[in-house]
Amino acid sequence: MAMDDIQVKDGVDAETVEAVKALSGTYKYGWNTEIEMDYAPKGLSEDIVRLISSKNDEPEWMLGWRLAAYRRWLELKEPDWAMVDYPTIDFQDQYYYARPKSMEKKPKSLDEVDPKLLETYKKLGIPLKEQALLAGVEAPEGERRVAVDAVFDSVSVGTTFQTELRKAGVIFCSISEAIREHPELVRKYLGSVVPVSDNYYATLNSAVFSDGSFVYIPPGVRCPMELSTYFRINAENTGQFERTLIIADKESYVSYLEGCTAPQRDVAQLHAAVVELVLLDDAEIKYSTVQNWFPGDENGKGGIYNFVTKRADCRGDRSKVMWTQVETGSAVTWKYPSCVLRGDDSQGEFYSIAIANNMQQADTGTKMVHLGKNTKSRIVSKGISAGKAQNTYRGLVSMHPKAKSSRNYTQCDSLLIGNKCGAHTVPYIEVKNNSSRVEHEATTSKVDDDQLFYCRSRGMDEEEAVALVVNGFCKEVLQALPMEFAMEAQALVAISLEGSVG
Amino acid sequence: MLNIKNLHVKLEEEDKQILKGVNLSLEPGKVHAIMGPNGSGKSTLSYVLSGKGGYEVTEGAAQLEGVDILDMEAEERAAAGLFLAFQYPVEIPGVGNMTFLRTAVNAQRKLRSEEEMSAGEFLKVVRAKAKDLKIDAEMLKRSVNVGFSGGEKKRNEILQMAMLEPKMCILDETDSGLDVDAMKLVSQGVNALRDENRTFLVITHYQRLLDHIKPDVVHIMANGRIIKTGGPELALEVEQNGYADLLEEIA
Repeated sequence: MAMDDIQVKDGVDAETVEAVKALSGTYKYGWNTEIEMDYAPKGLSEDIVRLISSKNDEPEWMLGWRLAAYRRWLELKEPDWAMVDYPTIDFQDQYYYARPKSMEKKPKSLDEVDPKLLETYKKLGIPLKEQALLAGVEAPEGERRVAVDAVFDSVSVGTTFQTELRKAGVIFCSISEAIREHPELVRKYLGSVVPVSDNYYATLNSAVFSDGSFVYIPPGVRCPMELSTYFRINAENTGQFERTLIIADKESYVSYLEGCTAPQRDVAQLHAAVVELVLLDDAEIKYSTVQNWFPGDENGKGGIYNFVTKRADCRGDRSKVMWTQVETGSAVTWKYPSCVLRGDDSQGEFYSIAIANNMQQADTGTKMVHLGKNTKSRIVSKGISAGKAQNTYRGLVSMHPKAKSSRNYTQCDSLLIGNKCGAHTVPYIEVKNNSSRVEHEATTSKVDDDQLFYCRSRGMDEEEAVALVVNGFCKEVLQALPMEFAMEAQALVAISLEGSVG
Repeated sequence: MLNIKNLHVKLEEEDKQILKGVNLSLEPGKVHAIMGPNGSGKSTLSYVLSGKGGYEVTEGAAQLEGVDILDMEAEERAAAGLFLAFQYPVEIPGVGNMTFLRTAVNAQRKLRSEEEMSAGEFLKVVRAKAKDLKIDAEMLKRSVNVGFSGGEKKRNEILQMAMLEPKMCILDETDSGLDVDAMKLVSQGVNALRDENRTFLVITHYQRLLDHIKPDVVHIMANGRIIKTGGPELALEVEQNGYADLLEEIA
């Protein structure tokens, strides 16, 4: 195990930092939707677990699964190994279920959905009309379409393009619907990648998850459009616990996008999601996230505590998974999208941009667990720290005895802006056979004044200059994103550094 | 075009006076050259004019077409028509040369409240100008100055100049690190941009660059001041005798 800790002592000149700070950067999605909500009583107990299960009209087996998770959770301790520091979370001071009143009777189609909810998504730039594209993107030739599952606090508001997807054999619906309509698939796969007892937050999620997305791609099918889920936390003091399960059957392919935002509030909110991906022989999943939860204000007040367990199980031979994440939001991020490379010749890739600004703390990375022969993995991580933020890359590459002739390549680059932030790289490497190869490269650099002056002497203002340099630093990861997301992410990189630090 | 009056500049960090009363008057359409020994303040002058941080103007003024520039931000000076070709152009990893150029062109247009150049038009213009400087498509795609040879970096500066069409061009030791062929190419690029409305200030150590870019006026700078001004023959004189005689003259 290697470990290197790097902190800048002498920084970019103070003036640059001050100048960028003075630029008024604000969180664009911090508004709140005034809507009547139904809450379950505050706090966590067996009754709450039962209530969530009954609100979703779940069968008995599901309730049993949740209760077992809840009992397990009571015995677990919150992990403290991550390089993040936050006040103790009072799990009894949270709401675990919040649903817009108008969603009490499940709308049969999007036409029946409360206009206020539709308006919310419109304002966020998320198309819930089936012909629409993601905002800000001109319709390219041949028109790319994206199907959306919109999750508002604890419930899925609606899923677009379901009929058309069904024709291709693809199932795309909320997980609560899947539990009712496709119990055979859910029972077979739920918890098979991230077991109930996996970790503190995953166990909590297993007990209280309220909704999320479910995808099944049948054998040989290439999903005809990109699928996406858009998570919005709106209610105050409410945790969002969503669960996503994607199954790519033999020789299938799907590209899936996930986006998240929340209103600007003084009190920190909890988000603990679990995402499970199952890949059978020759299947391929691309999973892209643009995480833009409210990061808290510049003094570290409020924001989302984001504790997420994401894992892909490449069960099938020659299966391939690619995680791409752009993490710009959240006060605290604790997230390690991982790949279990079980099938022979399977491949895992992880591309990450993590930006931490002001008082944000990010501890993120990946685990590549090589079990099968000739498995390959690639990690490209770009961490950007500004303000007083701390950004940690934590990653595990593990080559098991049977993972003969496997390979890993890891590249971790850190960029520092200013002299009060920190970048840390904590790679864990375990190799238990002698035919595998692991490569690790790491760099730390600063946005330097000469680069900024060069850009400015050509006519760009300070903000543009910083955005250009940082986007250049992130290029390899931005390129891995689907087009719509790449453009959004590029703009987001600029926005999240605006006003905080370049 | 550019008028510099009694310019005094010191370093912000340490209390060190670098420019001690520089006076220069550069007319439209003319090429002025500044020569001088190391540490005379030539590069500082170019940085101060283009708005680099770290310097404090303690006295004097600089006006571009009658407008004071010393209080402007660097990008405002650029939009007003000032351009500095760097002695050591900076590398920006991951940012395509073309992207950089287009961002710069449109940033200046935005500051001048002009319409942005369309992608199609930009491509057409940049290809034509790059061809004159023997910059191929591959070099336009590469990251800004990353892995460029010395000659490529300088040609790239001239390409930026050609694209931005400034009124006042400052070339800071553009000949440093160039072989004979590269110097010819760069000079041709500069000469192609000479016209009656554009002024050049060429900073150099050596006469050889001035064989290719013929100056109208030559200034000798030493110890933070212009100590002598003359015609092209002054550069030849320096080339033969060095600065020692001139320095003695004023001592």
